[in-house]
Amino acid sequence: MALTLCGRARRLVSATSIYNHGCLQRLQQTGSDRFQLGEAKAIRLLPRRTNMVQELGSREEFMQENIDTETSYDFLDEMRQRFLKFKRQKYLPQIEKFQALAIAQSPKVMVIGCADSRVCPSYVLGFQPGEAFTIRNVANLITPIQNGPTETNSALEFAVTTLQVENIIVMGHSNCGGIAALMNHQNHLEQPSSLVERWVMNGKAAKLRTQEVSSHLSFDEQCRNCEKESIKDSVMNLITYPWIRDRVKRGEVKIHGCYYNLSDCSLEKWRLSSDKNSNEFYVSNREIWS
Amino acid sequence: MAPTFGKCFRFCCANTSPGEEDEMATESYEAAIKGLNDLLSKKTDLGNVAAEKIKVLTQELKELDASNNDAVERIKSGFTHFKTEKYLKNDALFSDLAKGQSPKFLVFACSDSRVCPSHILNFQPGEAFVVRNIANMVPPFDQKRHSGVGAAVEYAVVHLKVENIVVIGHSCCGGIKGLMSIEDDAAPTQSDFIENWVKIGAQARNKIKEENQDLSYDDQCNKCEKEAVNVSLGNLLSYPFVRAAVVKNTLAIRGAHYDFVKGTFDLWELDFKTTPAYEFS
Repeated sequence: MALTLCGRARRLVSATSIYNHGCLQRLQQTGSDRFQLGEAKAIRLLPRRTNMVQELGSREEFMQENIDTETSYDFLDEMRQRFLKFKRQKYLPQIEKFQALAIAQSPKVMVIGCADSRVCPSYVLGFQPGEAFTIRNVANLITPIQNGPTETNSALEFAVTTLQVENIIVMGHSNCGGIAALMNHQNHLEQPSSLVERWVMNGKAAKLRTQEVSSHLSFDEQCRNCEKESIKDSVMNLITYPWIRDRVKRGEVKIHGCYYNLSDCSLEKWRLSSDKNSNEFYVSNREIWS
Repeated sequence: MAPTFGKCFRFCCANTSPGEEDEMATESYEAAIKGLNDLLSKKTDLGNVAAEKIKVLTQELKELDASNNDAVERIKSGFTHFKTEKYLKNDALFSDLAKGQSPKFLVFACSDSRVCPSHILNFQPGEAFVVRNIANMVPPFDQKRHSGVGAAVEYAVVHLKVENIVVIGHSCCGGIKGLMSIEDDAAPTQSDFIENWVKIGAQARNKIKEENQDLSYDDQCNKCEKEAVNVSLGNLLSYPFVRAAVVKNTLAIRGAHYDFVKGTFDLWELDFKTTPAYEFS
């Protein structure tokens, strides 16, 4: 069997011998007529299944498998390059800072941002490692305490009560796909079928307020308004958590809202202020940077 | 006396930036000053007492203003740097991005301030749809609970059609430490939400505790960080659209562990495929 497969097997064997000698031995142990394709992916793998036998199939299928393994070599290489660039340019030059951070983090800021690939808070607001505890979810939504536990409020609890951050920033942005899905969603009476719709319906109040005042505007402009209304709602939902509200009233935690406009690279920011005497919260210190 | 006090308050109010609500505030303390002036014009011996209290108040207000501005100044300088060094120098890229995004990666990373994927893996704007939560957990597919993560996975896989999912764990993870210190599954929760969330990784904790009883707590936590990533990878496969894409070979799922103590990055794959059937006859 080994002899007849020699022509194709050689290509596989040569690949494995470059990347992982341990792998080559395993091929020999499992017998001459059993081998695994795509074995040669290096760097700290989990143990693979050893009983799967792969039929060679036609030559085209074999070539297809090999092409896949080549793409995965590229992926690993790309990841390696990315990480080593970080290590060379940031980690090693500031090794003392990273060693101090390894012992403990003490960020002063918590950011709740959107998962959108264009609006990483570290990138847009310039946070370096150790500065900002970051939560990212679809459409940067914060649900009120009445809705029960979610991924977002567990992170809020950790940041506010354990890490004791001093500032909370809710950062929304223009052209948000989540908000567009919210504005697009018809028929509020039925349960949404998709997970995205179920999640963004948490912003329903913002949508209703937007539609009340902006129904004459284009869909895009309505979305822009809804994005801003949703930031306000998220900020007000923060206050429903008693351990946040108490700290805001005592002045230990400050809450800021930010709206990043992708098209013209402007940032509108404002602060949530509270009156010491009453239970009122209001928007103050509004600025636009562009 | 009265003119001196007037000047003092005007100095205070110059620090705060004008805004709609600030105008109301200006009116209210001008009324307060007037009240004070009236009182002191009747009882001039209270003048020194008032002066001392006003100095303390001025100091407090200055400090309040300074600490408020720290975070704002920080993000202002960060944003200005981003705009001048990145946005204005990459016009073509950012104008494309303004129209839409097409990232190739969906990344799950911890909310920890030390492990932003944009830094560690140098992701540029538009490259990676990033979800960050405590201990980078992916809960199993559930139509009712945890819709936040579910929405992100659905949006990335179905709408954005990402090609890679990477779940990145890290060393010294507070969430994993919290998971490891839960006594047992039935113990009452100490916090409202944190324990409820990290319990998603309970399988990892149980496995590590069973197999590594001789290791120290820190070593166990280290192993649990990686095992929790594996639990999340398995949970990803419970999403039907993820499974469909993986079987079609349009989506690859990988786990990773960033160790900032040693400066290393481990990467591994989750392999999931069916082979052609063997006919026994």
